[in-house]
Amino acid sequence: MKRGELTDRASAATFPAKQGDSVLSGTKRMAAAGMIPFALAGCITVNAPEKPIVIELNVNIRQEVIYRLAEDAGNTIEDNADIF
Amino acid sequence: MGSMMNQRFSRAMLTGAAIATALGGIATPAFAQRDPAYASARAAGQVGEKMDGYLGVVGSETAELRRIVNDINIKRRAVYSQRAQATNATLEEYALTAGCQAILATAPGEKYQAPDGTWQTRTSAPPIRDPRCP
Repeated sequence: MKRGELTDRASAATFPAKQGDSVLSGTKRMAAAGMIPFALAGCITVNAPEKPIVIELNVNIRQEVIYRLAEDAGNTIEDNADIF
Repeated sequence: MGSMMNQRFSRAMLTGAAIATALGGIATPAFAQRDPAYASARAAGQVGEKMDGYLGVVGSETAELRRIVNDINIKRRAVYSQRAQATNATLEEYALTAGCQAILATAPGEKYQAPDGTWQTRTSAPPIRDPRCP
């Protein structure tokens, strides 16, 4: 909901600039009116994402490193079949 | 004369050593099978392959399962450490790569950890792996 309001306000402020000052000032007034609830609330609520949070394991490890080690790791698993 | 004798002697020694190695090779861990307790826990889905290259307990943990998993992981870590040094990689890099391969090598029915951290049962379809996996 909040995101929708924000998007509307942003687009309203951008596009009517081509159409003339009267429209723009009206839009500005509307935008200002739109700001009032936010100003009164004093804070913006952020909703938690609905999707599960994906654990990025060892994000610093780059794919090229994994590709370089892949063959050796595969051999290691075959050579140590008792612990894999 | 003396040097020739020595040469022949050392060659015999080397041959003997080669034969001993060949015979010993039959019993080396290279062909060793999984410990029966580990094999059955794995087949029953009580333990699974984690993304980080180590084994994990799936579901409720028992002292016996923890013992099996710790034992395997200590051995894996030793191997990873050795290979990481040989390939000029870090322990984590090597372990993660081995994890990619170990998950790919799981048999249908066995458990593995998906990128979202959940345990999945391997089917005949390819496993869900980290996008960086080869």
